[in-house]
Amino acid sequence: MGVDNPLGENIITTSLDALVNWSRKSSIWPMTFGLACCAIEMMATGASHHDLDRFGIIFRASPRQSDCIIIAGTVTKKMLPVIKTVYEQMPEPKWVIAMGACACSGGIFDTYSVIQGIDEALPVDVYIPGCPPRPEALLFGLMKLQDKIMREKNSFGSAIGLGDRYDSAAA
Amino acid sequence: MAENNRAVVKLKEKFAASIIDVVEFRGEVTVTVKQEDILEILTFLKQSLLYNLLTDLTAVDYLGKKEERFMLVYQLFSIANKDRLRIKAPLTEADGHIQSATQVWATANWLEREVFDLFGIVFQNHPDLRRILMTDDWVGHPLRKDYPLQGPDREPYKGRLS
Repeated sequence: MGVDNPLGENIITTSLDALVNWSRKSSIWPMTFGLACCAIEMMATGASHHDLDRFGIIFRASPRQSDCIIIAGTVTKKMLPVIKTVYEQMPEPKWVIAMGACACSGGIFDTYSVIQGIDEALPVDVYIPGCPPRPEALLFGLMKLQDKIMREKNSFGSAIGLGDRYDSAAA
Repeated sequence: MAENNRAVVKLKEKFAASIIDVVEFRGEVTVTVKQEDILEILTFLKQSLLYNLLTDLTAVDYLGKKEERFMLVYQLFSIANKDRLRIKAPLTEADGHIQSATQVWATANWLEREVFDLFGIVFQNHPDLRRILMTDDWVGHPLRKDYPLQGPDREPYKGRLS
């Protein structure tokens, strides 16, 4: 690279954004929040066979300690205010995964009592189709979220109050 | 068959004028009665014939199919005698209210709240008649046949090819 390496192999050079993004993507802590049958698959994904912990993904029982919410199931109109409150209680930065057909679009529940997709209320980062999606699909969705986090720009600057974080792919 | 049912015999003795119809289908006895006398009949069934468990209380909307729009349905069970009985009571939309069964069976409280919430049928002398499933600010009664399936604020689904 044309850069002298006087300190040997103990030093790496990187950008602050990449460092922040790498640490964020390696410790996605999702909110423990299940709504329907998708939550069973989410629990299976967290259990030892599929083992979400190897990604640094650890379910937290408090929105104050979470930076990701997996909308795992059917969102009814009665439940929506609760989900909004939980989402608003999460500290920035935070991401939303719509897991399964119901969270993406309402699914088979095309009725008066069901929200036709959680994107009517929350900004969704990853949509995972399936009814319900298998654990492999949820893992793939979470890895897509990791890719998205790695692409974010100005992560460090926004953390110290300089401008906004933005997704380079969305621009 | 239904004529030999212990409840039907007693009801015919005591409430002959109130009984509209008695049907037996696959061993299930259904007695249709006038809604004005529902409370006396239910009280009699509980106290004298020991139908001490109200398994379910619900309603049916026969909009456009029958003259009386609603039909109240009471599913009774006698733990002592191990037999079941279904009581039905037709109700016109203009009428819209019926005597509450809460003073007979306490479990009727929530069941009647559900019928009120979803059908808009008012139960007189109910201790706490408010919505139980839908949110408090909900407008309309979703299980009525004239309530749009996808909600009043959406364009109704007209089929895949429309």
